Amino acid sequence: MTNNVKLELKGISKTFGSIKANTKVDLKLHEGEILAILGENGSGKTTLMNMIAGIYFPDEGQIFIDGKEVTIHSPKDAYNYKIGMIHQHFKLVDVFSASENIVLGVETKAKYDINEVNDAVAAIAERYGFIIDPKKKVHEMSVSEKQTVEIIKVLYRGADILILDEPTAVLTPQEIDKLFSVLRKMKEDGKSIIIITHKLNEVKAISDNVTVLLKGKYVDTVKTADSTESQLTELMVGKKVTLNIDRTEPNNPTDRLVVDNLCSTNEEGIATLDHISFTARSGEILGIAGIAGSGQKELLEAIAGLQKIDAGTVLFNNPKKDKPVTYIHKSYKKVCQLASEGKFHYEDGTKVDFTGMKKKDIVALVNDGKVLFNEDEVIDLRDKTPLEIRELGVRLSFVPEDRLGMGLVGSMDITNNMMLRSYRKGKSFLLNRKNPEALAEEIVHDLEVVTPSIKTPVRRLSGGNIQKVLVGREISYAPKVFMAAYPVRGLDINSSYMIYNLLNKQKESGAAILFVGEDLDVLLELSDRILVINAGKVTGIVDARTTTKEEVGLLMTKHEGINETKEVQA
Amino acid sequence: MEVLYYILNAFSLGVTFLYGCTGEIITEKSGHLNLGIPGIMCIGSATGCAALQMMYKKGIPDFLVVIISIIAAFIGGAIMGAIYSFITVTLKSNQNVTGLVMTIFGVGLTNYIMHDLTGVRYLYAKKFFRFPFAESKTSLQYCGVMVFLAIIIAIIASYILTKTRIGLNLRSVGENPATADAAGINVSKYRYLATIIGSGIAALGGLFYVMDYSGTQEAYLSIEAMGWLSVALVIFSTWKPIVGILGSFIFGVTMIAGSFLPIIFSWLTMASTPFLKMLPYVITIIVLIITSIRNKRENQPPEKLGINYFREDR
Repeated sequence: MTNNVKLELKGISKTFGSIKANTKVDLKLHEGEILAILGENGSGKTTLMNMIAGIYFPDEGQIFIDGKEVTIHSPKDAYNYKIGMIHQHFKLVDVFSASENIVLGVETKAKYDINEVNDAVAAIAERYGFIIDPKKKVHEMSVSEKQTVEIIKVLYRGADILILDEPTAVLTPQEIDKLFSVLRKMKEDGKSIIIITHKLNEVKAISDNVTVLLKGKYVDTVKTADSTESQLTELMVGKKVTLNIDRTEPNNPTDRLVVDNLCSTNEEGIATLDHISFTARSGEILGIAGIAGSGQKELLEAIAGLQKIDAGTVLFNNPKKDKPVTYIHKSYKKVCQLASEGKFHYEDGTKVDFTGMKKKDIVALVNDGKVLFNEDEVIDLRDKTPLEIRELGVRLSFVPEDRLGMGLVGSMDITNNMMLRSYRKGKSFLLNRKNPEALAEEIVHDLEVVTPSIKTPVRRLSGGNIQKVLVGREISYAPKVFMAAYPVRGLDINSSYMIYNLLNKQKESGAAILFVGEDLDVLLELSDRILVINAGKVTGIVDARTTTKEEVGLLMTKHEGINETKEVQA
Repeated sequence: MEVLYYILNAFSLGVTFLYGCTGEIITEKSGHLNLGIPGIMCIGSATGCAALQMMYKKGIPDFLVVIISIIAAFIGGAIMGAIYSFITVTLKSNQNVTGLVMTIFGVGLTNYIMHDLTGVRYLYAKKFFRFPFAESKTSLQYCGVMVFLAIIIAIIASYILTKTRIGLNLRSVGENPATADAAGINVSKYRYLATIIGSGIAALGGLFYVMDYSGTQEAYLSIEAMGWLSVALVIFSTWKPIVGILGSFIFGVTMIAGSFLPIIFSWLTMASTPFLKMLPYVITIIVLIITSIRNKRENQPPEKLGINYFREDR
C-alpha cells in the first residue's frame, strides 16, 4: 500500500424518489489497498459503489481519480478510468460462454476471434491462480465459477480499481479462502480493491482499512489492525449491541413433524433426498446443516408440498386434543363420519353421538365449539398441495431461500403481499384490505422495516427489509411448524439477530422450527439439535449444546463415494 | 413439370417470409418484440410502390428503378422501426401494445396509399424485378433480384450475429440488458439500430410480395397475413437466420399446398384446401412443442425479449 490516493469521493449524494440512499459521503482509496466498506442493509454501500461504476449518476459531489476530477456517466466511462465492479447479483449472459461474457462490450479495432480470447482468459487465470474453462456456458456453472468469470472480466479490461459487492455471501468457506488469496495477489500487483461485506471476521482477515457507513452517511474510516470487532459493530449500528443469542431450554417438547424415509428425485432422475428420517419437536429449533445443494431446499419444499415425494411419509401431529372441532365443519359428512367413529367428546367428557339428531342442531353444536377432539390428529402431508395442507388446518410457514421468486411478489406492495396468504378469507366478493393493511403496518413497525410506506413495491426495499416483510408475514399466522431456508443470507448483523430473536420467540410459543443455515457458528448457538445432511442423506443428528464445529463439519463432508469434483474445481 | 413449378412458386413465396423473419430476428435479438412487423411490411410495399409510381415511364434505367424502390421500401420500414423504438426505448411504453398499434397503423395507412396508386401497371413493374436474362431461362423465372437479396441478407445477418463483436453485443442486449450496460454497451443505441435496420429489412418483404411475387394491385390486401406468418417463422427458426432460409421454403410449400397438391395428387379434392392452408400454423406449433420438450437453452428466445430496460430501476 502506497500513500498515493487512487480514488477519492467528496460529498456524494443520491436520492431515489423519497429514499435518501447516500448523503454527503466521502471516501479515500489508496493504491495497492484493500478497503472494506461496512454498513447495515440499506446503508447505501451498493448505491455508492454503483455510482463509482457508472450504473447510477450522483445527484451531487465529486469523484477524483489520481487527483483529477472525473465525471462517470456510464459503465463505459468507468472502464475507461480502469474501474471494474463485480456486482452482488452477477451480470452475466447465461447462454454465452465464459469468454464471450468476458469480451462483451470491449471496444478494440482488433478482429474478433474467440480463440484468442480463450487464450487470454487462460493466461489471466494462470497468473492469479483461478481455475476456469473459457468455453463453458455460464448457465452450466456453479456460483463460484460465475464469480470467477466476473473477476476475470474486470481484469481482462485492465482494471486498476476493483469493487466487489458482497463477494463472499454465496461462497463456501474454502471458496472464500481461495478468493482472498486471489485478492492478495492482486493487491501485490498494485491493484486497489474495495470490498463490501457484512462479516466482520472477513473484514479482519482481508482489509487494510475499513470505511463505515450508517444510513447513507459516512461515519468513519479506521485501520483494520487497530480496531476490534465490537468497535466496528458499534460504528456500524450507531449504538452498542450485544451479539448473543439466548437459547432457552425447549419447553415440554412433543413430536410435531415426523419425517420417515423420505425419498425424492429431481428432473434428471438423480436422487435429491435419500431416505431422510427425522423428528421435529414443538418448542425446539432443529438446525439443518450441509454443504450448499445437499438437499436442504428439496427437503423443505417436499414438506411444504412443493416437491414430488417418491417414497416415505411426512406426518404432522396436530395438537387437537380437547380442542374444539373448527375446520372440518365445512364438511358436514366428514364430521358425522368422525363422530360415528367416536373421535369427539363434549366438554364434560361424554362421547359425542349424532345419531337421531337434526343437521341444523349438529351444525350449531360444532359451530359453538361444543364438540371437542378426543386425541391429537395425525395428518400425512405427502402428495398434498400447499393449499390442501392449509385447508386441512395445518399451520405450516415456509420462508424460502428465494425471497422474491417464491416468497413475495416484487412489484406488489407490502399490503398486497400480506394478502397472498389471506386472499381466500371471508365470503365477500370484494377483497378485504383492512386486515392486511393493519398487518402490514404492524410488521413495518414491529420489525423496523425501512420503507417509505406500505404502498412501496417490495422489490424496491433492500434485501434485509424484504426478508423482514416475508418472515413477518409467515410468523403472523402463528405457525405450528416454521421452516426457514437461509433466512439471514445477505443480511447485516442487526437484522440477522432480529431474525434469530423472532425464531426464538416462535420456539417459545411452541412451534417446531426447521432452520437451514450456512453459518455453523450461528447454527451451534441457535439450534437445539442439528440435522446434518450430505448429498441427500442424513449423516447425523447431533445435540447442538454438546457438539463441536469440527464434528458437524466432518459430518457435512462425510464421503460415501460421492463425486465432489465440481465443488473442488470452483 | 407441375412439381417444379410448385417448388419454384413456393420458394418464391417463401422469400416474403424470409425478409420479415430476418428483420424480426435482428429486432428480437435486441430484446424488442416488434409485433408491428405486418404493418411495417405493408408500409414497405406502399413506399416502394409510390417510388415506382413516380419513376414510371420517366426513362430511368430498369436496374435503377429496382434499386430506388428497394431503398424507398427500406426507408419506409426504417421510419416505422424508428417510431417503435422511440415509443418503447425513449418513452418506455409497453412493447406488445406499441407493436400492435404499429400494425394497425401500418395496414390502415397502406390501404389508403395503395388505393390512390392505381396508375402503376404492376405486371410491367414485375419485369423490373427480374434479371434482364430471366425471360429466356424459365428456371429463373421465379428468381428475381430480390430473391437472391433475401438470401444474402439472411446469410450476412447470421454471420454478424454469430461471428462478430457487434453480434455478440447485440445478443447480450437482448439476453440481459443490465449486463450489457454494465459492460459498457449502449443498450438504447443497439435497440434503436437493430429495430430500425430489422424493420427496414422486413419492409422489403412487403415490396417483394406485391411487385415480384404476385404483381397485382390487390396483393397488398394479404400482406398483413404474410407478416404474421413471418413472426411465426421467427419462432420456427429458433432465432437463427440460416434456419430461417430453410423455414421460409417450408412455409412457402405449406402455404400454397392448398392450391397445388390437389393438382399433383388427383385423390386430393379441392375441398381439402382450407385444411391444407392451416399447415404453416400447425408446423409452427409442432416446432414450438419440440423445442420446448428438448428445452435447450440455445433454442430459447432472448431472455429479456419484450422487456424494456431502465438502468436505475431496482
